[in-house]
Amino acid sequence: MAEIDALYQALILEHNRNPRRHRILEPCTHHASGRNPVCGDQVDLYLRLDGEVVEDAAFQGEGCAISTASASLMVELAPGRSVAELRALFAVFEAVLHGRCAPDEVDMEALAPLAGVRYFPGRLGCAVLPWQTLLRALPPMDV
Amino acid sequence: MSAVEQSVAVATRLDPHALRRDFPILAREVHGRPLVYLDNAASTQKPQAVIDAELNCYRRYYANVHRGVHTLSQESTAAFEGARGRVRRFLNAPSEQEIVFVRGTTEAINLVAHSFVAPRVKPGDEIVVTHMEHHSNIVPWQLLCERTGAVLRVVPITDAGEFTVADVEAALTPRTRFLSLVHVSNVLGTVNPVREIVAAAKAHGVPVLVDGAQATPHMPVDVQALDADFYAFSGHKVYGPTGIGALYGRYDLLAEMTPYQGGGDMIRSVSFAGTEYADPPARFEAGTPHIAGAIGFGAAVDYLMEVGLERIAAHEAELVAHAAEAVAAVPGVRLIGAPRQRAGAVSFVMKEAHPHDIATILDQQGIAIRAGHHCTEPLMERYGVPATARASFGLYNTREEVDALVEGLHKVNRLFGLGT
Ligand SMILES: Cc1ncc(COP(=O)(O)O)c(C=O)c1O
Repeated sequence: MAEIDALYQALILEHNRNPRRHRILEPCTHHASGRNPVCGDQVDLYLRLDGEVVEDAAFQGEGCAISTASASLMVELAPGRSVAELRALFAVFEAVLHGRCAPDEVDMEALAPLAGVRYFPGRLGCAVLPWQTLLRALPPMDV
Repeated sequence: MSAVEQSVAVATRLDPHALRRDFPILAREVHGRPLVYLDNAASTQKPQAVIDAELNCYRRYYANVHRGVHTLSQESTAAFEGARGRVRRFLNAPSEQEIVFVRGTTEAINLVAHSFVAPRVKPGDEIVVTHMEHHSNIVPWQLLCERTGAVLRVVPITDAGEFTVADVEAALTPRTRFLSLVHVSNVLGTVNPVREIVAAAKAHGVPVLVDGAQATPHMPVDVQALDADFYAFSGHKVYGPTGIGALYGRYDLLAEMTPYQGGGDMIRSVSFAGTEYADPPARFEAGTPHIAGAIGFGAAVDYLMEVGLERIAAHEAELVAHAAEAVAAVPGVRLIGAPRQRAGAVSFVMKEAHPHDIATILDQQGIAIRAGHHCTEPLMERYGVPATARASFGLYNTREEVDALVEGLHKVNRLFGLGT
């Protein structure tokens, strides 16, 4: 059994209390709203893209500590990254959350403090909501 | 039970510790701690009597009902119809023909909307509900309004989470065709003055449905005393199985109503020239019903009547009052609503922690509560919160469990940096 501290690590609690880039981004090039109808968590995501690269990112919303910290970590790391890099990082994050690989087998980067969410299946949706919203805000992938 | 035994039973206090032994699941542990189950408004746990009733049906006499001359079908039919009789007694309905088996409260409300109200409304007519309804007593009426051009009107509530008879009367107009309201709120725990409201509505010629999903587990309900036209409740919230519930409807109203679904069991005769419908309740029970579920449902209401609904009400009133007081005393906690008459549930938010975080931290200590909007989004909006944490109680809950909850909330504060 995972201890509760595995979920609520100090950094998660700190981001929850002081979320980064917690504002409306103006001007922005991309925006999406995400909502978890089960629990009422809600996030608004704003991006300014320069071609394929995120120039700036911000979010607003109301949610639990996990969704707030996940959104905060996400918008903090996004600037300067390409859309493809962000998609790849989310794929790694999801793989860990769903137990397809162990956190130490991959590079979760700044998302590492969220690895504990994998022990709490009821909370996976909270952790991925900001990222799912990000994917919806981004232009569709070329195939 | 003799009259003497009965009065002794009412006089003696219910001992939840003894009753807990009737519920096998309560012996289990969650995360290494004894289970503290405080999510009874969502669904209740099952006593051995209910588990046995369903099991015995399948092991000993199961067959389809109402259609066989063979022994098993006759035994099954007798048990199934026996359950209807138990539900009738539970609600003190005048006749078994007024008890329609449905999947639950949701289906009961949809049935009434479809078969009673829809044929009676014209564009501009009004349906009245209150601001504290469950989605299952909002959405069926919105669908009806979309189809018929009727208009939904909403009785407002106070910050305490109450409305008065006068508030309901103020919402009734010459165009009101139906009133549908909750007996006990699943979020606030408010016990509404249903008897007085029904009387007021009747004085205006408005028929009434009462959503009894959260009243039936906690107090004696007498549909004749309430004088409700329709009364809906769910088996799984009165310690019975899921997938089964009951709609009480006054016989003269049921007899006028068109079927809800078409199929087997609900007809008198079928030909391609025309079909004659069966009398109530069969008219509203198309298809093979949830036979074992109904039998388990009957066992559940029997169990409640045996324990005694007055005793259950007295025990729970004490428990829920203690819970409201003790939870409110935890630093950072704000209770949602302060009804003078409360049954079953206490909803709250915390300054530092979101309801979801509260529920996860409590779960880690074996305490099951619910976090979310509880299928009452308009009510959440009324209080300006996206979600609440809700502790809801049943006959088997104890004072020690309330204390465990309170201790758990202190732990939430410690984790989230509000040391208490
Ligand atoms: C007040 C109220 N009404 C209706 C319902 C719906 O009951 P069911 O889901 O059993 O149909 C519930 C269940 O949560 C409820 O609490």
